[in-house]
Amino acid sequence: MSEPLNLLVGIALGLNLLALASSRLPSIIRAAAFQGVVLGFIPLLLEHGGGILVWLVAGGTIAIKGFVIPGLLRRALRAAQIDREVGPILGFIPSLLLGAGATIAAVALAGVMPLRHEHAALLLVPGSFATVVCGFLLLLGRSKAISQVCGYLILENGIYLFGMLLIGSTPLVVEAGILLDLTVAVFVIGIIADRIQREFDSLDTRKLTILHE
Amino acid sequence: MIEFALVAVPLLAAAVAFLWRSDRSRPWLLPAAGAFHAAMAIAMLVDPPSRAATTWLALDPVARAVLPAISLLFLACSAYGVGYLRLRAERPNRVFVGTFLALLGLLSLALEAQNLGLLWVAVEAATLTTVPLLHFNGTARAFEATWKYLLIGGTGLALALLGSFCLGYASLQGGGGGSLAFSALVAHGPAMSRPWVLVAWVLLLAGYGTKMGLAPMHTWKPDAYGEAPGIVGAMLAGGVTTAAFVAVLRVRQVVEAAGAGDAANRSLLALGIFSMLVAALFLLGTRDYKRMLAYSSIEHMGILTIGAALGAAGVAAALFHLWSNGLTKGALFLSAANMHRTAKGRTSDEVSGLAILAPASARMFVVGLFAVTAFPPFGPFFSELLVLRAALAANQGLVVAGFLGALLLAFFGMTRLGFSLVDGRPRAISRRAPARFRESAATLAPPLALLASSLWLGLATPALLRDLWNVASRMLAVGP
Repeated sequence: MSEPLNLLVGIALGLNLLALASSRLPSIIRAAAFQGVVLGFIPLLLEHGGGILVWLVAGGTIAIKGFVIPGLLRRALRAAQIDREVGPILGFIPSLLLGAGATIAAVALAGVMPLRHEHAALLLVPGSFATVVCGFLLLLGRSKAISQVCGYLILENGIYLFGMLLIGSTPLVVEAGILLDLTVAVFVIGIIADRIQREFDSLDTRKLTILHE
Repeated sequence: MIEFALVAVPLLAAAVAFLWRSDRSRPWLLPAAGAFHAAMAIAMLVDPPSRAATTWLALDPVARAVLPAISLLFLACSAYGVGYLRLRAERPNRVFVGTFLALLGLLSLALEAQNLGLLWVAVEAATLTTVPLLHFNGTARAFEATWKYLLIGGTGLALALLGSFCLGYASLQGGGGGSLAFSALVAHGPAMSRPWVLVAWVLLLAGYGTKMGLAPMHTWKPDAYGEAPGIVGAMLAGGVTTAAFVAVLRVRQVVEAAGAGDAANRSLLALGIFSMLVAALFLLGTRDYKRMLAYSSIEHMGILTIGAALGAAGVAAALFHLWSNGLTKGALFLSAANMHRTAKGRTSDEVSGLAILAPASARMFVVGLFAVTAFPPFGPFFSELLVLRAALAANQGLVVAGFLGALLLAFFGMTRLGFSLVDGRPRAISRRAPARFRESAATLAPPLALLASSLWLGLATPALLRDLWNVASRMLAVGP
């Protein structure tokens, strides 16, 4: 089971770097959406088809992370009529280098941490840490509200990967609650981004500078 | 049953508020639900339920020791809210009333949660619920503050979730089955994988510390408190941060059970003292009185964090401080809201002479300032004294020195700004204001009641509460 799963995690890691290298908002949204779809298949592989709840989590993840949220972001993009450059605070080459460095560091870190033997051959732990760091880089290194939301999405994807280690042991009620909360979080962030666009005539968070000491 | 009712009643009231037709009568749902909730909270304080209803929700000593403080603060805020929303009749209040009520239910859920996952869900949901409350004023400044609040708070909570998973994995490795129930985590503590426990602690402390507003993760706080309506600021400072602090306490208990208590305490002490010093320095410079309250809140979160690191005596003092700080801060937020309505300005450059413009509110604000900067005989003086005593007993000389220094600087900063607002002659901007806001019983009674309760906590701390704080702190320090 580890081969196809590691392949999926590997694709997700590649998408991290793709998102970091993208200079245009639609391609970042696409990378985050595709990553959501890829991650949605992982619970099915881990639980071998499992019960109906596993299918629900997988289906919910694919639908929400892969289609609903990216669709919302695209709509915001169209409505805002903004230029589609991401407005990097941190340049593309430095972000890529940092992202690649984080991926290597995550693999090294996962080698040090004690893992259960059934997880030792899986890339879930390094994949999770690397994705969290890449999400963080996008969140901090891009100035457009939509690219920050994408960073947040990728950060969440990393946490989701780690949650897969616990899928057999924590009750799925908690996971369902977590998925719901994350969804609402991104919805709310999207709505606020929309309001910012109307108030400031821009989705560039560098213009949010009224409040300071 | 009562543990469900404490969560369900406010949520039900929120649903009613969303369905309620009239904007004029809807705000009365706030004090109605608040009074019912407070009555239940007092009832469970006096007469605890004999058995836990489920493994998910329970009124354990910690929940009982903290929940009534939030409930009483909400009651005062909701009573103020009726008068406030009447003044803001130009804005629809359906979402405001509904989310404000839901916030109370979700905070109760967070305090009663006996499972790390459920606790996270409750805190995250409470965070999202506060978003419409923060931008109720609908100004560009409010949206900017909301964006920062959402992005920083959301990222912090994401880290806390990752930390929760790491703790679950640590227990999975220790043969604990990966359950996130606190009782299971504490029971399997000694067998847990140490490296994973430490990773989990760092992430959880960073996450819930962001929610508490500990420096250096505090940057959202002045913006959010500065732009939010007064009752929302009071509930954020006394309610949401309290839930996050209880989360830190519960996680610390698990880490202690896993044998990493010393590392946890050291990090808490460092973060706590750093928060106090950063807040004190900003308090010296700020000119905006609502932002001043935010920095003061950061300082008091630092005090709580230091208390949490000092064993059972320190935790008991911190629980006492949760009460005294929450209620006193509530009085300050509400009187500051009156001052803001009267003077139409928010900084000492625009506002002065409030003693003439809004005499009662200005007096309460000054008394509240003295109370919150630890003047006897108000509650914060006694609770901070207990934290200090615990620090001295633990031989933390440096911490005591930093603590006292920060308190002194904070006192200078807050009284300097406070008196420059209250003294002098009213500025033109306030005199020109068309319809002057008049102080009335509806806007004065709630902050006065909160001040009185702070005084009552200091002068005559009920033995019932004191015992409860001690029981809860012993449980949190060494395990149930």
